Amino acid sequence: MTTRPEVEEFDHPDVVVVPHGPMLLRGATSVQGVDGTVHDVRRPVVALCRCDKSSRLPFCDGTHKVIPRR
Amino acid sequence: MRMPKPRGPLSEWVVARLATPVDGGHAPTADEWDDECIALWTLHEMSYRGFEDAADDAEWQPAMLAVRHELEVALEQRLRRRWPGADAEVADVPAALEAVVAADDGPSLADHVRRRATTDEVLELFRQRSVYQLKEADPMTWVIPHLPVRSKAALVELQYDEYGGGDPNRMHSHLFARGMVDVGLRAEYGAYVDDALPETLELNNALSMLGMHRRLRGAAVGHLAAFEMTSTLPSRKMVQGLGRLGLDGPMAAYFDEHVEADAVHELLAARDICATLAEDEPDQAAEILFGAFTCVDLEARLATALLTSWDAA
Ligand code: FES
Repeated sequence: MTTRPEVEEFDHPDVVVVPHGPMLLRGATSVQGVDGTVHDVRRPVVALCRCDKSSRLPFCDGTHKVIPRR
Repeated sequence: MRMPKPRGPLSEWVVARLATPVDGGHAPTADEWDDECIALWTLHEMSYRGFEDAADDAEWQPAMLAVRHELEVALEQRLRRRWPGADAEVADVPAALEAVVAADDGPSLADHVRRRATTDEVLELFRQRSVYQLKEADPMTWVIPHLPVRSKAALVELQYDEYGGGDPNRMHSHLFARGMVDVGLRAEYGAYVDDALPETLELNNALSMLGMHRRLRGAAVGHLAAFEMTSTLPSRKMVQGLGRLGLDGPMAAYFDEHVEADAVHELLAARDICATLAEDEPDQAAEILFGAFTCVDLEARLATALLTSWDAA
């Protein structure tokens, strides 16, 4: 009898909250911002701003990296 | 594309041998770093799109591979000598990558473009950048088969976006080509290689070497992570600088695309590609940091060379 090798099933969540960073969202085709505007999404993964300081909300533009961490 | 102009005895030999392959014989030694850089760049290019005036089968000719190998050994030694090294235990790869990027005290081309650069300087920068940007993402595609399953899937997810998600019009290299035309520059692949500074060529050669060698897979993805981690904020500055100079067409759109794209890519690269690779292959952790260091170091050298030539250092 042969033993079957263990082949792991990996986590691959659609939504990932990044510590001190944005929220990654996989597979979205549109996103509505706080002002009600609906933005088309054309990339496989988008980063949504959680610090509220991005210059292109609702998307992250990297600004979180230059604001001091609480 | 035609082969570049030789810059010394070695590149002259390489260009002649690629045009008419003959077996055997010894390559002369390069007389200068410039000669070495353009020779290796030309040899690497045989594995991308090649040249209309080179023999296609020269790519795998033993004599050409021998020269390529020698130049790569010297390049890798140069890069490793500059690297201060990593801690014995790298527990948190994304944090260690952040530390490498934060330690970079090189001058910023994006700052210069945002505040002071003239249009001529910006065009010179694009000519230098075009050597890589017209094949943007290609060197990293070599790395895919070198990786274990999780980091491989994540790299493909990132590359898919680089290549426009299958839409040729959104492919980053193509967005750059359209930007080049819009600012009045040539957009054909390899158009400005003869103008490339040795610093530009070395940066490209390092990337090709990391991409092609399985042994250097960790350094390759570390380089990718550092590249993406140092892209969003500078890309925003580029958009502002281009706006200041009235160049707010497709080239500004190219950098604008990189603000949002690279905010995603830097996280995928650091967490899903580099951190999982280090988990699966712990001996790659230090290599990842070597690659990241190499990225910021070569960028800083190019920035210094350009700013010095503009008297803006
Ligand atoms: S989370 Fe990145 S800019 Fe707000």
